[in-house]
Amino acid sequence: MFIIGELINGMYANIGSAIKERNKKEIQNCALTQIACGADALDINCGPASGQPQVDMPWLVEAIQEVTDKPLCLDSSKPAVIEEGLKASRNKTIINSTTADAEKLEALIPLAKKYESKLIGITISSKGIPQNKDQRLELAAAIVDNCLKACFPVEDLYLDPIVLPVNVAQAQMRDILESIAEFKIISEPGPKTTLGLSNVSQGTHLRSLINRTFLTMAVAYGLDSAILDPKDRELIDTLITAELILDKNIYCDSYLEAYRKK
Amino acid sequence: METQLVLEKWAGAIYTLSIGANKEEGGSRGNTVKIGGESSLPLLFKEGNIPNLPAVAFEVWDTPPQDWDEGLVCAYGDVLHDPFAWADKCVREFKAKLLCVRMQGSHPDYGNKGPQEAAKFISTLLSKVNVPLIIIGCGDDAKDNLILPACSEAAKAERCLIGCAIQDNYKTLVASVLADGHNIIAESPIDINIAKQLNILISDMGLSLERIVINPTIGALGYGLEYAYSIMERARLAALSGDKTLASPFICFTGQEAWRTKEAKSGPDHGVIWEVITATSLIQSGADLLVMRHPKAAEKVLAYINTLFKK
Repeated sequence: MFIIGELINGMYANIGSAIKERNKKEIQNCALTQIACGADALDINCGPASGQPQVDMPWLVEAIQEVTDKPLCLDSSKPAVIEEGLKASRNKTIINSTTADAEKLEALIPLAKKYESKLIGITISSKGIPQNKDQRLELAAAIVDNCLKACFPVEDLYLDPIVLPVNVAQAQMRDILESIAEFKIISEPGPKTTLGLSNVSQGTHLRSLINRTFLTMAVAYGLDSAILDPKDRELIDTLITAELILDKNIYCDSYLEAYRKK
Repeated sequence: METQLVLEKWAGAIYTLSIGANKEEGGSRGNTVKIGGESSLPLLFKEGNIPNLPAVAFEVWDTPPQDWDEGLVCAYGDVLHDPFAWADKCVREFKAKLLCVRMQGSHPDYGNKGPQEAAKFISTLLSKVNVPLIIIGCGDDAKDNLILPACSEAAKAERCLIGCAIQDNYKTLVASVLADGHNIIAESPIDINIAKQLNILISDMGLSLERIVINPTIGALGYGLEYAYSIMERARLAALSGDKTLASPFICFTGQEAWRTKEAKSGPDHGVIWEVITATSLIQSGADLLVMRHPKAAEKVLAYINTLFKK
């Protein structure tokens, strides 16, 4: 499982004020803590309060790559902000994200190619959030099709079925999970899959439990990557165990420690 | 149409391990033997690097073997009664680059020699031959915990490979190996889960994974060879896929296992054939180091290695 740490997000108070005050140390600590907990890549989002994300994004990128060479997942709905992040990156990058809308695809696929970045494609469009699996597949197919036409390698594409809170869209959970498996057979070679995990428990009282239960189920459906809180130790332990049960790693009594030694 | 080979891309590699230290490295060995380092399955040169050939170590005991088959006794002759002459014969006559000395004489049932005697034996052996040493205990845990630390100290800085640590008895040996700068053999009973666990336990004591050789325990042809083969293959595939806790080279005691079989003793040269087949099969599942008994079998296996691993 390719773990993308979600904690460098201006939406969180400590990160929001660190961005505002240009407190590099706080950002770097957050990056290193997430890596120590098992993050393979770091999501970077300036947050809704950032008045100048085109300046904040490259500043965050610079601050983080001073302390790590892990891939950076540049998270913004604005292609211009992402491009500023790409320009500043020496580390590998992941663009987070394009939707299935033509204007986004036309802006972001060329950027991903130019900067040799991976690309996350969320299966939503300006028409809204899909209501079932078929709509998700239709949007996924549109994203894959655009990548193929633009000669962007589909194995560098991560499709996100868009996870909704379980207390809002309980009826959609099964469709979301099944989409993960079906996205992967859209093309050969197939795209990879990712999702923003914490959304599933938004507004609930048992967030951590819901997160790790959903993640386990998603892993069983073939999920390749997730954007999540790597500091949630029970979540990571559950993930390691789920992968163990799927025979992705060899069992030993200290298998949790063994995974972390990797 | 030309056939296209499907090539696997591997994320991991086996650790490289050196046995023996020469003068520049603080020891006194005339040569050193490197094993491991491969980033592909055996012989698949297009999928990765195979920087070191599988190595062969000649087995020598510190006491005359009492129950060795006639085929082996004939091959060595009188020197079996003099361990130093035996070791010397292996090096001079059979061109051994590596010796595996078994401290059988310390076993309570086979001489019960004490740690001082064992240490003296190792010191003398080191002065008589200049190839690197693998040192194996007598198999009695309590006794090995006394003699192996003494042997380890006597061979300090010679970068030996010492074993075998097992899941229920590894701490004493790990501490000695750490203190004296050697490498360790971690033995598991044809069990990949225990092999992995033991590697973690050893590395938790501060001996890095780079200094461990796995003894997966093997069976000879007809006695579980395919079982050992598949365990080794599975561990190797995991290691090449990135599992560092299994990325250790393998040592296989092929001589010991082959010569235990009744077939090995059932006719002239049968033992040699049994040992060769067991060894060459295990090379194909990733064996990096073979401990062998019959000089003719060792010769055949070395010829096999030199032919097949010639890129």
